[in-house]
Amino acid sequence: MKTERDFGFETKMVHAGHIPDTQHGARAVPIYQTSSYVFYDADHAAELFDLKQYGHIYSRISNPTVAVFEERMAALEGATGAVATSSGMAAQLAVFMTLFEPGDELVASSHLYGGSITQITHTLKKLGVAITYVDPTDIEAWQRAITPKTRALYAELIGNPRGSILDIETVAALAAHHHIPLIIDNTIATPYLCRPMDFGATITVYSATKFIGGHGNSLGGLVLESGKFDYSGFPAIADPSPKYHNLRFYDTFGHYGFLMKVRVETLRDTGCSLSPMNAFLLLQGVETLSLRLDRHVDNALKIARFLEAHPKVAWVAYAGLPSHPQHELAKKYLPKGAGAVLSFGLKEKPGEDVRQTGKQFIEQLKLFSHLANIGDVRSLVIHPGSTTHQQLTDEELRDCGVGPELIRLSIGIENLEDLLWDLDQAFQTL
Amino acid sequence: MGSGSSFSNSITLNSSLNPQQQAIYQNPEIIQKIIYHSRTIAMVGLSTERQKASYFVATYLRSAGYRIIPVNPRAETILGEKCYPNLASIPDPIDLVDIFRPAKDCLPIVQEAIASKAKAVWLQLKIVNDEAAELARQAGLLTVMDLCVKMEHGRYSGGLHEAGMNTGILSAKRVHRFI
Ligand SMILES: Cc1ncc(COP(=O)(O)O)c(C=O)c1O
Repeated sequence: MKTERDFGFETKMVHAGHIPDTQHGARAVPIYQTSSYVFYDADHAAELFDLKQYGHIYSRISNPTVAVFEERMAALEGATGAVATSSGMAAQLAVFMTLFEPGDELVASSHLYGGSITQITHTLKKLGVAITYVDPTDIEAWQRAITPKTRALYAELIGNPRGSILDIETVAALAAHHHIPLIIDNTIATPYLCRPMDFGATITVYSATKFIGGHGNSLGGLVLESGKFDYSGFPAIADPSPKYHNLRFYDTFGHYGFLMKVRVETLRDTGCSLSPMNAFLLLQGVETLSLRLDRHVDNALKIARFLEAHPKVAWVAYAGLPSHPQHELAKKYLPKGAGAVLSFGLKEKPGEDVRQTGKQFIEQLKLFSHLANIGDVRSLVIHPGSTTHQQLTDEELRDCGVGPELIRLSIGIENLEDLLWDLDQAFQTL
Repeated sequence: MGSGSSFSNSITLNSSLNPQQQAIYQNPEIIQKIIYHSRTIAMVGLSTERQKASYFVATYLRSAGYRIIPVNPRAETILGEKCYPNLASIPDPIDLVDIFRPAKDCLPIVQEAIASKAKAVWLQLKIVNDEAAELARQAGLLTVMDLCVKMEHGRYSGGLHEAGMNTGILSAKRVHRFI
């Protein structure tokens, strides 16, 4: 019997990272609700702290339930490994804190989740890192922004707020040419719709809070790495670390060096680790990832078509539609579907306050939940003009790419006809 | 994750070898045979420096129950074990010769390993010497190249999994407990 087989995605979703344990044979992933782990003896403790042995010490650094979530996601992504974090924001920050030294530069796409823009613009600046934003669809803009101090490129595969698609392969080639990693926030696509490392990305980050967990019940994040990047010319990873007895992470741990540093230094020092209970809940989501996503994207495409044909809709931004400027890239990178987050603009009648119309539309919806999240099994809606961005003038709103007419939907897995009915009845009241 | 009868993906990640070379020199069955059946490991090029990769590997393997014999002409003892200047001067039988030397120095070491009747030869991660590896294999030694013994042991014993890494191992079987 051949003992090797490259198992399929769906098999890995429910098995990877968890072999039933010797002691009890529990089939579900056990929740190891413990802060710390008993050493065999003093030598064992010393070798664990010295990283000369694998094993758990303290749940701020690693935990058996969290490890199942980490290996499972690494298997699904085809990554060399993973580090789970307390949220998606924490995952991004952990990557930045591990890679950057004061004086380094980051080139980032301007089409990012608003919270990421704030984190990069303000919090990263506090660390002494300079930031240049570029239009992610303009490869020459990426090229022009790179300087000798640039240490990484950062983008979302499916960008915010208009669903722009990054040409990963081209931007990854540019990063490789400059010997810097390309970091992709793949939250909206998940590894089921696209695996950015297959196209040259070095690091992916996720808010597992969204489609990975999928049920809107837990925060969590992930850092994954390809294991293919040569960090020997990258001082933050290759040089002796004063935080770990002058250990050279890349020299000692090779393709695990970056992730080891994220775990034993950044997670240890910032405490942004995932709790075992949340790891368990997120794993329940992972086990049905492909089933949910197939349904999410199927509903999303049909709703996008419905909206595009609706007389009260001015425009729809969804890369699954041929009208989207990056539709061809979506076909290449997201053949199963362009995600389940889309935005559209209400048509503005002369003399009408479209911000008010948006508010009215949201209030009329009966099935879509009005809240600030995406990636729930339930359909969600938000109108930035009357909520998250309400302080801004119409001009300021347009500068952020979210005009007063923009409504964002995250499509759930409900009955499609019911969702279409809900949207239609809300339109009729306008 | 524990050892036992598991299915595993081929370990194509993180190697500079081509698929044909990987099939020969990174074969999971050969790796497991070496890990499960070796007792005495001669480590050629083991460093005296506590933060060098070879020192990590030696410390780990010793704690995992193997006997480590350092081969280093410039040291007296490492990890409390007597050092030998070369493989030929080791009086005891050797199961595995684990090589931490630059690729260009590997051929004579493999010749010594064959002469000393070692059962297996392992060229560590990023050390690639086709001629040396082929010589070992032709002489009937179990041969592995461009992988790390510590990482591979961790893959099958569960340690690598605990560190959040992708072991490529997948199984629904419960690992047997010794009662
Ligand atoms: C694309 C994207 N990245 C990152 C985040 C941050 O994730 P979290 O809320 O889990 O910190 C979010 C959502 O909040 C997001 O939508």
